[in-house]
Amino acid sequence: MNQLLSKIATNDGHGENSAFFDGWKAYDSDPYHPTRNPSGVIQMGLAENQLSFDLIQEWVRNNPKASICTAEGSNDFKDIAIYQDYHGLPEFRNAVARFMEKVRGNRVRFDPDRIVMSGGATGAQETLAFCLADAGDALLVPTPYYPGNDRDLTWRTGIQLLPVVCDSSNDFKITRRALETAYKKAQESNIKVKGLLLNNPSNPLGTVIDRETLTDSLLFTNEKNIHLICDEIYSATVFSQPGFTSIAEIVQENSDCNRNLIHIVYSLSKDLGFPGFRVGIVYSYNDIVVNCARKMSSFGLVSTQTQHLIASMLSDDVFVDRFIAESSKRLETRHGTLSAGLAQVGIGSLKSNAGLYCWMDLRRLLKEATFEAELELWRVIINDVKLNVSPGASFHCSEPGWFRVCFANMDDETMMVALNRIHKFVIQKKGCDQGSGKKQCRRSKLEISLSFRRLDEMKMVASHKMSPHSPMSSPLVRART
Amino acid sequence: MLSRKATCKSHGEDSSYFLGWQEYEKNPHDPVRNPSGIIQLGLAENQLSFDLLESWIAKNQEPIGFMKKGGSIFRELALFQDYRGLPAFKKELSEYMAAIRQDKVRFDPNNIVLTAGSTSANEALMFCLAEAGEAFLVPTPYYPGFDRDLKWRTGVEIVPIQSSSVNNFRIIPSALEEAYQHAQKLHLKVKGLFITNPSNPLGTTLSSHELDHLINFAIDKNIHIVSDEIYSGTVFDSPRFISIMEALKKKNLENTTIWSRVHIVSSLSKDFGLPGFRIGMIYSNSETLIAAATKMSSFGLVSSQSQFLLSRILGDKKFTRKYIMENRKRLKSRRKMLVSGLQKYGIRCLENNAGLFCWIDMRCLLSSYTFEAEMELWRRIIFKYGLNISPGSSFHCPEPGWFRICFSNMSEETLDLAVRRIKALVDSSAPNAC
Repeated sequence: MNQLLSKIATNDGHGENSAFFDGWKAYDSDPYHPTRNPSGVIQMGLAENQLSFDLIQEWVRNNPKASICTAEGSNDFKDIAIYQDYHGLPEFRNAVARFMEKVRGNRVRFDPDRIVMSGGATGAQETLAFCLADAGDALLVPTPYYPGNDRDLTWRTGIQLLPVVCDSSNDFKITRRALETAYKKAQESNIKVKGLLLNNPSNPLGTVIDRETLTDSLLFTNEKNIHLICDEIYSATVFSQPGFTSIAEIVQENSDCNRNLIHIVYSLSKDLGFPGFRVGIVYSYNDIVVNCARKMSSFGLVSTQTQHLIASMLSDDVFVDRFIAESSKRLETRHGTLSAGLAQVGIGSLKSNAGLYCWMDLRRLLKEATFEAELELWRVIINDVKLNVSPGASFHCSEPGWFRVCFANMDDETMMVALNRIHKFVIQKKGCDQGSGKKQCRRSKLEISLSFRRLDEMKMVASHKMSPHSPMSSPLVRART
Repeated sequence: MLSRKATCKSHGEDSSYFLGWQEYEKNPHDPVRNPSGIIQLGLAENQLSFDLLESWIAKNQEPIGFMKKGGSIFRELALFQDYRGLPAFKKELSEYMAAIRQDKVRFDPNNIVLTAGSTSANEALMFCLAEAGEAFLVPTPYYPGFDRDLKWRTGVEIVPIQSSSVNNFRIIPSALEEAYQHAQKLHLKVKGLFITNPSNPLGTTLSSHELDHLINFAIDKNIHIVSDEIYSGTVFDSPRFISIMEALKKKNLENTTIWSRVHIVSSLSKDFGLPGFRIGMIYSNSETLIAAATKMSSFGLVSSQSQFLLSRILGDKKFTRKYIMENRKRLKSRRKMLVSGLQKYGIRCLENNAGLFCWIDMRCLLSSYTFEAEMELWRRIIFKYGLNISPGSSFHCPEPGWFRICFSNMSEETLDLAVRRIKALVDSSAPNAC
């Protein structure tokens, strides 16, 4: 049977046959519950924003007309149900454009006619890859980066991702040197680089890219005449200074840059906490790309039922302003709780002001400064400490010992339980470890390119099929009619 | 600077099929505001039974209310992004699929992959079943969207299986073999057959003979069959619809190798008239395919909101049965209205028992038996007579003079007006031409 399916269908490009699914497996088979399973695994590997849902719920309850299924809203049912124009409902595009402007403090304007729908940011990334590059071409991506990029950008497109190596010596900031090195390496291997992908705010770092770096990246891409894709999916999760600078602002400030090279990826999954509704957006300054992406959006349009609801919600200025402010506050508080809790036991995390996670520094807990040791520590954290956190290697981090830990997908009590477990673990470990010499180990750039091969050797195929996205404990997964 | 895909024409939108829509957009008919505008007869949409859905929604506020249990349903849906889909929805969908196939086949919900419309399902199947440069054989005439959905980003080729009006465009074994040989000559490796049953644009269902030929051929060549059954809920007359799965069962081919090489595509866009909600699916007996396609569905998942709503609608079996029957009745009567109107003016329609359209024979109105004359006639029909109907060449029809005309996306009055305009067209042509 296998030879009758394509290579794409049978290779590992989807990324799910990796050792990192052990964490999901452990959580899935033993999920934490405060009363039913208080010693279960706590899910801290899912970057979801659940802290401000009560505000959304309140709005939906007070605005029955926004849903075509209510008595108040059902007059719109027919028109919404038959509308399949890939331009999308004008009111939806207008509302999304206005929302994106508000999130950027109204410092920029977005043209609703450049808003193109996609099947979540997952679909948006893939669409842009199809529009901008041919199979065999490459995109440069600063490390560490979101593991889904490998699937989204390369699986069906045939393009490759080349790392721009960043490290902790300067808090993982992207340097011109790193960009030039990556570009040169590609050229030496005869690989055509078509663009640079930035994630701002960053997953997994939780930091924003500063104005200088953004401007420099813009100059770099303009010089090389390559595209600049900015994934701004976490833009409304920025909760403290320095604030968020969007590439849209840099474009505004640099009127002589080549706008045809600039594209933004966005979604409502993180900022509003709606991953189930699949609202992805491609925003491009290039007319041909807008046109092409719009045709491709046929493969992943947003349900008009959802477009209608979102259009209504995001046009409510009072609600939106309140939501953005309140969500930031809650994220800041939760982030503070986690980072302070970690600091109490001497665990540092990268100073961050955005995102739904912390980038935790566990280097001093490693037996040795290797990725094998990181994996070993990770298995202990999952199986003994019972926390599903994500190891830096899964984000292609160049240094072992970093872990991403999510904080916005649980309630306060669960966060406390998690912190208690971390405290206990660190204290225990301090007692056990005697004189383990620390050896700083930086991976050479050559080793980065071999990293996946090494991980493949340790690969374990997840023994049962799982979705990498969903909360496994969702009652909807277990629902029976 | 951009990819080849972005700059080529493989998106297929320069086809006359889509150009006609553009002309309609510029000058759309409205009975009050623009009575002389172009009537849209090129859009295969089912708008005949919305009142049934609307009244169901009015009566069923409780089960579809998001804000039940303090809004927790809404919250759970908003967070639900599992690519395996809502179990309740897939269960209802599998039962609905069986119901419209008169329960001659059972469907296992675990073998369903949900996709954003059948557009996404068809593309995903191509990614899973073929490499770039390989080919699928597709019977002509076929839906113009396949040029985009099957070929554009996948790099897969379509090799047409020729047909003829002499036998009402039926699929015959020699045509299958010819297409296969043609592919060989072009050095294209054939990976499968791609059929649409019921057919768009013909509106006919495949006979059990045709299904047998197709299955035997696929066994012989060791290739896949993709059966796009998106119009299966629009079968309004006999002969009854036979799904590819039923045909396999009848031949006792369950659990043989061909069993896992047959895949069905469907959607709720045509049956229920809900194209906006983007609810499509792939059904296959191949576990490996299901696994791969499920992962791919990440690029176009179905909104959880829409899954929930449809799980409730389909879960009301009494309503669904009533809807299916009433919908069929209305489609049948609407077709009759169009066909009898056209027949009066000498325009013949292919005998059809399904779909949202008729395949009409306008050869008598051609100035010459050529595709250029077909285009000439088409331009006259749009610009002089204000009707957007779809020319056969856009469906890769091997013979000029055939057009597809849709009948379920407008009011009766508008359809009546369209028929009168066709009369005017016929009257203006050579006397006794038709």
